[in-house]
Amino acid sequence: MTEQIAEPEVGRSRLRKEDARLVTGQTNWTDNINVNGLLHLAILRSPMAHARIDRIDVAPARERPGVVAAFTGQDLAEGLGSLPCAWPVTEDIVLPDHPPIAVDEVRYAGDPVAVVVARDRYAAADALEAVEVDYTPLPPVLDLEAALAEDSPLVHSDKGTNRCYVWPLATGESYAAVRERADVVLKRRYLQQRLIPNAMEPRAVVVTPLAASGEYTVYSATQIPHILRIMLAVVTGIPEQKLRVIAPDVGGGFGSKLQVYGEEALALAVARRLGRPVKWTESRSEGYLATHHGRGMIQDIEIAATSEGRLLGLKVDLLADMGAYLMLVTPGIPILGAFMYPAIYKMDAYDFTCTGVFTTKTPTDAYRGAGRPEATYAIERIMDELAVELDLDPIELRRLNWIRHEEFPYTSIAGLTYDSGNYEAATDKALALFGYDKLRAEQADRNRRGDLVRLGIGVSTFTEMCGLAPSRVLRDLRYAAGGWEAASIRMLPTGKVEVVTGTSPHGQGHVTCWSQIAADVLGVPFEDIEVVHGDTRAAPQGMDTYGSRSLVVGGAAVHHAAQKVVEKARKVAAHLLEASEHDLEFTHGVFSVKGSPEARRTIQEVAFETFSSHDLPDGMEPTINAEHLVDPDNFSYPHGTHLCAVEVDTETGLTTIRSYVCVDDVGSVINPMIVEGQVHGGVAQGIAQALYEEAVYDDEGNLVSGTMADYLVPSAADLPEFVTDRTETPATSNPLGSKGVGESGTIASTPAVVNAIVDALRPLGVTEVRMPCTPQRVWEALRSARAADGSVRSGEEASA
Amino acid sequence: MTRISVKVDGTAYEDEVEPRLLLVHYLRDHLGLTGTPIGCDTSNCGACTVDLDGETVKSCSVLAVQADGSEVTTIQGLAHDGEWHALQKAFHERHALQCGYCTPGMIMAARDLLRENPAPGPQEVREALEGNLCRCTGYQNIVRAVLAASGQEVSS
Repeated sequence: MTEQIAEPEVGRSRLRKEDARLVTGQTNWTDNINVNGLLHLAILRSPMAHARIDRIDVAPARERPGVVAAFTGQDLAEGLGSLPCAWPVTEDIVLPDHPPIAVDEVRYAGDPVAVVVARDRYAAADALEAVEVDYTPLPPVLDLEAALAEDSPLVHSDKGTNRCYVWPLATGESYAAVRERADVVLKRRYLQQRLIPNAMEPRAVVVTPLAASGEYTVYSATQIPHILRIMLAVVTGIPEQKLRVIAPDVGGGFGSKLQVYGEEALALAVARRLGRPVKWTESRSEGYLATHHGRGMIQDIEIAATSEGRLLGLKVDLLADMGAYLMLVTPGIPILGAFMYPAIYKMDAYDFTCTGVFTTKTPTDAYRGAGRPEATYAIERIMDELAVELDLDPIELRRLNWIRHEEFPYTSIAGLTYDSGNYEAATDKALALFGYDKLRAEQADRNRRGDLVRLGIGVSTFTEMCGLAPSRVLRDLRYAAGGWEAASIRMLPTGKVEVVTGTSPHGQGHVTCWSQIAADVLGVPFEDIEVVHGDTRAAPQGMDTYGSRSLVVGGAAVHHAAQKVVEKARKVAAHLLEASEHDLEFTHGVFSVKGSPEARRTIQEVAFETFSSHDLPDGMEPTINAEHLVDPDNFSYPHGTHLCAVEVDTETGLTTIRSYVCVDDVGSVINPMIVEGQVHGGVAQGIAQALYEEAVYDDEGNLVSGTMADYLVPSAADLPEFVTDRTETPATSNPLGSKGVGESGTIASTPAVVNAIVDALRPLGVTEVRMPCTPQRVWEALRSARAADGSVRSGEEASA
Repeated sequence: MTRISVKVDGTAYEDEVEPRLLLVHYLRDHLGLTGTPIGCDTSNCGACTVDLDGETVKSCSVLAVQADGSEVTTIQGLAHDGEWHALQKAFHERHALQCGYCTPGMIMAARDLLRENPAPGPQEVREALEGNLCRCTGYQNIVRAVLAASGQEVSS
């Protein structure tokens, strides 16, 4: 008999099953794949932000050694539809055609114009140089406000406007009315710079065709093999059942691999055309142009409050940079943020409008947090400004306004029902760990002394919505698909278990965590469980991984499927033990008859008996395997309090993070080690936005920060140690009580850092520093403040 | 084409290669040693870090012909008789990897650090790994893992 386990797996810091391959180099990245006759695809991209293609000739490239084929956009146009946008957020959204390869006009630097296919990657790259293209430059569209002017050049001239959509949301009382009775109204403009996601594995795709039967296997470094399969069928017209999509080992995503990319469609089209396997791997610099960017917004935010500090209303006007085309969920990203501006605060009115704007830049789309970091930044920044205005400690202002723990469930002014939370507990814990009062005392002392290196303290009390998503809510938001997730459990004859999940991990540790969940419900050892994922043939149903949804929706599906297995096994065990199902107990994987514990069957024994099927209950289907699909009835709402202390050198402008404390409430935790790792990585990415990263375009629309040498992804030497802790308020919307943790660190940390920098420099007259807060930006902010005579504390000039 | 002979992870290879072939492409595409990945094209990320005759190099910045007559050790040659290197164990035990793409380079760079400085402090680890980028971990557990592999006490 198999030994049964006793200690619960859930809640243990199990070391990861994923690691053995990864630490020894026995990986299966897409670019590792090599098959007989593999051809390499290289893509010629537009060097201009906006131009008409007058002439393009790939014939000279075909003459180059090793080249098998070369195609223009026109050559491939037949059989290649527009790339999909699954989230047309309004009825009258402007939805331009998006060919995977440009035919007559390019609309961002990096837009594909020709492909070359060769026997090796060097030959393919060489041959690109032989392609001849004549362009007529067209005016670039770069500035969001200028793009909306009547006389602006157009990104899509056939559409007659650069305004993609206007999406309003007004809830509660009229904002104008509450503004009337407010004692204080503050208005600020915050800029969310464009970011480049930088998953460490560049994108890659391999397509292997089976020409005779018209079948294609697509290997892609993607977060969404299931969605990709459907969309590639739509784009190429290849019947869905003939397409198999596999996400092998995927080296990070952060939203950038939540996409249906032109290169995936092109590789498939070329493999189909040639009947040969094809590989495309982006170089990092190519990826900077061709992999979607994140953020890119102008936020005008106005807050109205009483003189005591009670919030009355919030008004947000957003301009969101779509880039040149609408990709999978481009228009929806700012809308995810729309619900998060009111954050954890009670108020009477909320007025939100987002205007999506086309520019001749790389399209934007999901990047870790996707709309919610932007929202959290704006509200947490302006809360600090309001605290200053009212002469309140920033923590006190938050306390005055946040939802108290006894008020849950609470429907926010934006209409979300927050099921659980305890902002007081998380904040108290964070303040204690941080030594808040002591640091404030030191700060006051140093300010009095006029220290050249100033201490600043930044607060961020965030919440977010994750666990995407209730399908009916997605319908109301005009998202094309649902938000369910699938799991099935295969009980193998030898007593081992396969968990099949529709989620598609790329570093999150699903194999380990799903094993922990299934082990507890089934009562089988953690080691006896394998998790199957990321292959539409082996794990046929799924909505994939993004939006901190995998555990909350997919993990819940595993839990339910395992419960179904137990219930089926109970029938078999009852039959074998000649007992009534009601008289059976099930603990730690063993069915036993109440009162006679010697009469027992393990679930593994039941699995074998079911396999042999020699003695099953009459009429029973010979399987105890089960599947379950979860459609969540609410989002989940992680929250927490992050506190950051910075030292800012007023002579050099250099910011150094002195301490960073975060107390996160992500509900119940499956694996604390993995949760801590997610928080570390998330906080690092949020700090990176605050201090280091920005996709910079010049006046012609060229990406200036076009290589990893020009775009500062922070290294170990650039980041501090983080102090992490947790409070646990279980989510009520799923049986695990978990809330998700993939994005919380990124959402929380950016305003904590910038609040700290502004706090450090406020005595010197600084009220705003634009992100990323590089030494130069900080120094310039100090210089402007000094020029305005140091003591100015008006907020109105803080923007720009 | 140029003839080279290189020993990689204990196995000797002789090949005709283009003079412009990068060492990392030689390892991956010619020898099938795909444990060493490529993360950038500007030698910033360090994912492709290997050991060349006892020196740590980014194999995207070395030509295969420069490795002629040399010994190369990659992540795939670190374990002996199925026993992982102390850094491989420590990375696993300290959860110093998530997606794992940077891990081969991180481990190779950390191995170099510990050869030079067997008991580095946390800040020394951070500075030594400056040329290796990780997007998942925020580095904290990587630092812990390197300290643990050096035999030092590490707070959990």
